[in-house]
Amino acid sequence: MAVRAMWKGVLRVADASVPIKLYSAVQDHDIHFRLLHRADLTPVTQAMVHAGTNEIVTHDKVQRGYQASPGEIVLLQPDELESLTPEESRDIALTRFVPVGAIDAQWYDRPYYLGPDQDAGGPYSALTAALTRNKVEGVAHWVMRKKAYVGALRVHAGVLVLVSLRHAEEVVAIETLETPEGPTLDKKELVMAQQLMSMLEEDFDPTAYRDEYRDQVMAMIDTKRRGQKPKLGLVKAKPRAGTLKAALEASLRTTQRKPREKISASA
Amino acid sequence: MPPRKPPKVETPQPPPAPPSAERSVVRGFWSGNISFGLVSIPVTLISARRSGRASLRMLAPDGTQLRRRYFCPNEGTALESSDIVRGYEYEKDRFVVVTDDELAAVAPKLSQEIDLSRFVPLADIDPMRFEHGYFLIPNKRALKAYRLLAATMEERGRAGMATFVMRGKQYLVAIIARAGLLRAETLRFDDELRSIGEIEIDNSAAADAPAIEAFERRIEELRAPSLDPTDLEDTHTRRLLELIETKRNAGKDVVAAAVTPHEESVDAKIVDLMEYLKNSITKGDATAETPTRKRPRSAQHKAEGTPRQPKKPRAPRPRT
Repeated sequence: MAVRAMWKGVLRVADASVPIKLYSAVQDHDIHFRLLHRADLTPVTQAMVHAGTNEIVTHDKVQRGYQASPGEIVLLQPDELESLTPEESRDIALTRFVPVGAIDAQWYDRPYYLGPDQDAGGPYSALTAALTRNKVEGVAHWVMRKKAYVGALRVHAGVLVLVSLRHAEEVVAIETLETPEGPTLDKKELVMAQQLMSMLEEDFDPTAYRDEYRDQVMAMIDTKRRGQKPKLGLVKAKPRAGTLKAALEASLRTTQRKPREKISASA
Repeated sequence: MPPRKPPKVETPQPPPAPPSAERSVVRGFWSGNISFGLVSIPVTLISARRSGRASLRMLAPDGTQLRRRYFCPNEGTALESSDIVRGYEYEKDRFVVVTDDELAAVAPKLSQEIDLSRFVPLADIDPMRFEHGYFLIPNKRALKAYRLLAATMEERGRAGMATFVMRGKQYLVAIIARAGLLRAETLRFDDELRSIGEIEIDNSAAADAPAIEAFERRIEELRAPSLDPTDLEDTHTRRLLELIETKRNAGKDVVAAAVTPHEESVDAKIVDLMEYLKNSITKGDATAETPTRKRPRSAQHKAEGTPRQPKKPRAPRPRT
């Protein structure tokens, strides 16, 4: 079944526009559990209670407040919160274009695929081509479901992708941290580390990694469901070598070059 | 829980940080090892995310804090965490109960440490895969190995790849070196990203040259070498904080906050990353250890970047 669009908008580059449909590029495969009452295995319900009296406070009675200092809370009225909600709009405004790679991975949040809406195939392809030819990505601002977003508009395999970005306040920027320092690194150890790494180098193949843990949790659940005892084991630690140099030497002795079939298969 | 290497561990002394909006606070630790061949490097993972967005609390009409409580719909009584178990619904209203111990022991063969078995070109990893960033804080004793690994990766332009199990979930991580620092970016597994084929996007329309050129001219006008700091500004939070400050100065809607012991214990675990990193990597003092501290489950979940909730349920958390 084809995935349905979650939102429709219009990309705007100055006075030019491209109507698009937006699709989530991620899909959830996590195992979801429910909280149950131990005694009767009934799913629990939740409610907010007054911290002092433990009485339930229904949703319509709940107030919002901000802890301005350890002793002070400033209450916010519903109309005040409403006034801060960004104005609904279909526009995805492109305000800047930067070289591909200029936006560090630390800002990336969630990816969305964009497809052309209705008759917008031509402009969609033209914008895709223009981004590709100039090796740039766009900085986009839009409001979706009452929330303001900033994102990067990129081209991925001939398709436009919008990756939402985190706000500056949400991330500790790498630039603000200090580099760990120490005495000059040993030349021999550097050479050995380079050798060892070169033996483990290969292209990135996303299909080479699987969430096996998820599979095994499902298998365990299945075993239990059939009334059997799941097989559980102990976690083993790896053996360790002594000094850094000894560990590097032992690694070079024991490490095999990666088999290359994966790479040739995908090439 | 990952095996913990150092038998002798100093009690960590994270600098106390007052719960204030200006302070950049970071939560969540995971202490474990990265291994590169047989070289094992003890590190602490700290989320690179911080609570930037002003979090609003839910309050009762009299201004008192609210707590989330769980109830059994059959009896209507409030439940304690010991009354609650985690269940998987395999068919409607039929559950298999799964315990923390079972989840911890389910996959003993899977790595509990970050074993860098492949090094891939950093540029190969598509931005769509990145999920959550952590900094790897070196243990002072293993600083040399840490610096050696970082220098080698940076020199070769490679990211180290590993999968490992942390807190009941397997993660795919790319370890990236920059400016001598290592960070871990968790990546989405391949099946967590939809393929373009699944979406059925029709990008087959031909682009005519004048239309491309028209976009190119507009792109040229908006071209910049890098992001501008204002691009990532959270204007919503700024306006919210301005409103709060105005009301506070005017004494409007300001109520006394009763900080409950529960809240205090959460706030006491807030750690200032910058301070912490400084303490960890300052050379000279070789006696200190990387803190390995046992965290209550509620605090652990912060590391996964869940937004701050006004109330932490003490019941086992459904894995979402």
